[in-house]
Amino acid sequence: MFKIFKYSFFDLMRSRWSLIYAAFYFLFTIGLLWLSNDLSKVVISLMNVILILCPLIATMFGVMYYYNSREFVELLLAQPIRRSAIFWGQYFGLAASLSLSLVIGLGVPFAMYGIFQSAEIFNFSILILNGILLSFIFSGVAFFIALRNEQKIRGFGLAIVAWLFFAVIYDGLLLLALMYFRDYPLERLAIGASLFNPIDLSRILILLKLDISALMGYTGAVFQKFMGTGIGMFLSLSVLLLWIVVPGWAIRWVADRKDF
Amino acid sequence: MIQIQNLHKSFGPLQVLKGVNLDFPATASGASGITAILGPNGSGKTTLIKCILGMVIPSEGEIFVKDQRVKGNWSYRHNIGYLPQIARFPENLSVQELLDFIQDLRGTGGQPEPLIQRFGLEPFLTKRLGHLSGGTRQKVNLVLAFMYDCPLLILDEPTAGLDPVALIQLKALLKEEKAKGKHILITTHIMDFVEDMADEIVFLLEGNIHFRGRPDFLKKQYQSRKLENAIACLLQKMPAPSGGGVAILED
Repeated sequence: MFKIFKYSFFDLMRSRWSLIYAAFYFLFTIGLLWLSNDLSKVVISLMNVILILCPLIATMFGVMYYYNSREFVELLLAQPIRRSAIFWGQYFGLAASLSLSLVIGLGVPFAMYGIFQSAEIFNFSILILNGILLSFIFSGVAFFIALRNEQKIRGFGLAIVAWLFFAVIYDGLLLLALMYFRDYPLERLAIGASLFNPIDLSRILILLKLDISALMGYTGAVFQKFMGTGIGMFLSLSVLLLWIVVPGWAIRWVADRKDF
Repeated sequence: MIQIQNLHKSFGPLQVLKGVNLDFPATASGASGITAILGPNGSGKTTLIKCILGMVIPSEGEIFVKDQRVKGNWSYRHNIGYLPQIARFPENLSVQELLDFIQDLRGTGGQPEPLIQRFGLEPFLTKRLGHLSGGTRQKVNLVLAFMYDCPLLILDEPTAGLDPVALIQLKALLKEEKAKGKHILITTHIMDFVEDMADEIVFLLEGNIHFRGRPDFLKKQYQSRKLENAIACLLQKMPAPSGGGVAILED
């Protein structure tokens, strides 16, 4: 698996899109730092961008990369290696290259600004960690969707719907449910429901660290009240990792049974 | 070398292979050499090849390559060199990097240099694969398929996009590989190529083997000077004019 990972990673790192993706983060971060001059505020602004953009880009790249390498995969499948090694290698290569673009795009401006001498370094690390986790989660989900769907249009459509669901629709539905059943005690339901959405989990993780959980409204407030910062962070981080493991396992399950 | 026993494959309601039995013995007794797998579109040629390579999982039946069961196995593919139909590679890698990559995967023993020379690929080694023409990519594809000394070669449309010089080189290469006692399975729609190269034809029709035998035998049966015409007759299930009936081996 490591060999496939290595070559997928190098192939992708040299792609124009990786460069554009890193350049976007770089320019955006520089712009924010220049405008606000307050590291804490910049971290919060970036959080909002990362929570939407990382999943979107990982989803699009995941589906695109799978369909683009479809013919090359046929050559790889004829080599004496396991199927899971091919798809895991490609998946991790993609997620790692997206993560590296993110780290470079965000890291360089912050490093230039002097983040290493600042107390904000931990908050910044959590932000980066979240971006990486989201890249892994959503490229995994996208890879799984693409593997299940031979038709490109259908695969793209489903992947975008998956992103839209987690980024927008899920919260809307949750909010509607909370409004509708507001006479009942809903704290546990709200916490439970957040666990099923990696974007919500990331938001919780960042905000718990920033200690401004009241800002994220109901779910965040009850999350901190019920669990405290330590347990809350541990729980959200564990579930986020589970969000990588489950699609990763599903990729293998589908790949082992698929006709190419 | 290859034993295929009662191979069935369905894709949903579509039955592509319906109980194929095929045996390519390991000894060089007539059946070794170049076998062309022919048949009209949708007859199951590619599915059959992909079943041997383990890319398509059979619904029923067994395949053995060098006495190793194909199902759930991957190490048997050390014995196979494969040329896929469409030559598309990671666009941002160079030709040399791709060759290194495949050698990294398959282990030592690969010898791409003589093939690079043969197909005149030296000027392209440092070029990115995304910048190469279709024909050049097909040459890279050929290098990848032939660079290991595998006893079994499976070539899916090997002539696609090749210029006449490369085609002559390919034919010479195939003859050399055959002389080494290798089994070569080829699918193609170019009947001249089959006529030139194939020692044996396996003709698939509606998911079963309709004919297996030597090309000149088929031509004689249909009193045709060209294989193309004989195949067309076979396809239309015309009776053979030579009287004795067509040598159809319904396995």
